[in-house]
Amino acid sequence: MSTLPPLPDTGPIIRVENLTIGYGGKPVLENVSFEVRRGEVLVILGGSGSGKSTLLKHMIGLYTPMTGRVLIGGDDIVHAEGAQRQAILRRFGVMYQHGALFGSMTLLENVRLPLETFTALSARAIDLVARTKIDLVQLTGAEDRLPAELSGGMRKRAAIARAMALDPGILFLDEPSAGLDPIVSADIDQLVLRLSRNLGVTFVVVSHELPSIFAIASRVVMLDRRSKSIAASGDPRELREHAPDEWVRRFLNREPEPA
Amino acid sequence: MTSAPRLQVATAHGHTVLRLSGLLDAARVDAVWNAALEAVQRSPDAPVVVDTAAVEHLDGAGIALLLDLLRQPRGENAGVRIEGLAARYQALLDQFDPAQFRAQPERARRPASVREVLGRGSMAATSGALDALAFVGETTKALMHALRAPRSLRWRDTLTAAQRGGADALPIVSLISFLMGLILAFQAAVAMRQYGAEMLVADLVGISLVRELAPLMTAILLAGRSGAAFAAEIGTMRVDEEVDALVTMGLDPVRFLVVPRLLAALVMTPLLTLYAMMVGLFGGAAVMSTFEIPLSAYMRETFAFVTLSDFVGDMVKTFVFGAIVAGVGCLRGLRTRAGAESVGLAATSAVVTSLVLIVVADGIFAVVYYHLRV
Repeated sequence: MSTLPPLPDTGPIIRVENLTIGYGGKPVLENVSFEVRRGEVLVILGGSGSGKSTLLKHMIGLYTPMTGRVLIGGDDIVHAEGAQRQAILRRFGVMYQHGALFGSMTLLENVRLPLETFTALSARAIDLVARTKIDLVQLTGAEDRLPAELSGGMRKRAAIARAMALDPGILFLDEPSAGLDPIVSADIDQLVLRLSRNLGVTFVVVSHELPSIFAIASRVVMLDRRSKSIAASGDPRELREHAPDEWVRRFLNREPEPA
Repeated sequence: MTSAPRLQVATAHGHTVLRLSGLLDAARVDAVWNAALEAVQRSPDAPVVVDTAAVEHLDGAGIALLLDLLRQPRGENAGVRIEGLAARYQALLDQFDPAQFRAQPERARRPASVREVLGRGSMAATSGALDALAFVGETTKALMHALRAPRSLRWRDTLTAAQRGGADALPIVSLISFLMGLILAFQAAVAMRQYGAEMLVADLVGISLVRELAPLMTAILLAGRSGAAFAAEIGTMRVDEEVDALVTMGLDPVRFLVVPRLLAALVMTPLLTLYAMMVGLFGGAAVMSTFEIPLSAYMRETFAFVTLSDFVGDMVKTFVFGAIVAGVGCLRGLRTRAGAESVGLAATSAVVTSLVLIVVADGIFAVVYYHLRV
């Protein structure tokens, strides 16, 4: 089925190399390079308009960068086509900001969809696999509900279940805490940590919710709108105290700009 | 390196032993799934050991297979035991409680009785009709208000709707009407020429276009273009809670969304029909010129035969058609539920309902005009 071997076991799982991205010839980020290590929870953060969601959409191959490459498990998603691109897409799952569940299908049908499309499993097996994914995100009992009947937090968890349907090694989460109350947001943080610990899934998370970042991030990559590049990267707790750049420290300590 | 999954079943000391080996992942596990399940189900009263020591790799689907074996109903002292599972896979399996996944008995779907179907059908039809009636009332009230206080009308929205539904429809209306006049005249002329009565083609084309075809075709085109557009536009606003926002801001959605579109349709439909009529007549004239009947003679004949009352009747009818298309489109849009699918349903239903109502109204007009000797 896939023409590529599954994710290799060594080396960084994602490499972003000299990426320049933007809209209509105007770069938002220039010459950005970083790596995502296997099994870590990497958070991409930055102020509004710093291009973090745009960067995510380039990493998952939705947009084409102006220059540069994105290697997922060693293969470049930017220039891949056809079956090779399909195989790279199978290595990761994406949770979109508002869930992007298909409104005409129940939760169970949403999770079943990728399994029905990409595996040869029997209907009975698909059903059970889908229900285990729903159980992992603690939505058992809500299988037959339509997305419109789920709360915001449930919708995000359901989207994570769907993204995990085919057991990808990488999950991209776009703003998992946005628009949720602190308790539900903390629930999602716990879910991320649990999946990362138990299943060894690598997470790439776009967020600007500081409490959530300090709870889940093993490393952060901080984007700066003014320099159109990475302002800092590393352990967020470390950066909060000792980052050389004052703006980074202020951001992580939630301090206002000096007058 | 990769090997297909295999299953060996053996019986020893009253135990059934299932030996699984190879790669148990979503792409391959299906090969052994049913066989393993049957082996477990075949001996409900003897203990089953699933030996997984030779399994190379398990993914979520492989775990689900083990879970499927574990969740089967068993006799006493006849449990299913998993053995030899590597610690990291055991941890994956331990996340789930097999009892949670016990297959629920299929809920038997009782087929609905004829009485139930009829009852539900008539309930739905009645509430739909009442809803439509309430909408007509609400819209009339809002329209009256707009006419009494023209400053309260959203002129810019009205003009935009008139441009999209009217001016932008000119190319398609031209094409269809011209071809219709052309085809009508050509088919009639072939037959009439045998009797040397080509001149009567002008009467036939004129009367069919003015009385029936121009208003009907324009209304159908409008239902497909504007009716569907109104439903989809307002339906999407409904899904995105923009309609709710109007209500809570104290703005009446009917006055704000429906009246401008309705007014635009009421003005543009007669104009479009008039235009369609003229273009259709030219289509007929184009054919007649090939039969060596000059344009002036064709026009003289047409205007001598088609009376003013035909024309007035046509305009009244087309006014009603315009109201139907805009009203149904807006109503279906406002009644959209959640989700992308319901926007599609709203647009479909707007077109279908408009077409049905247009044809019914046309029939009623035909009977009324006949009795009025128009």
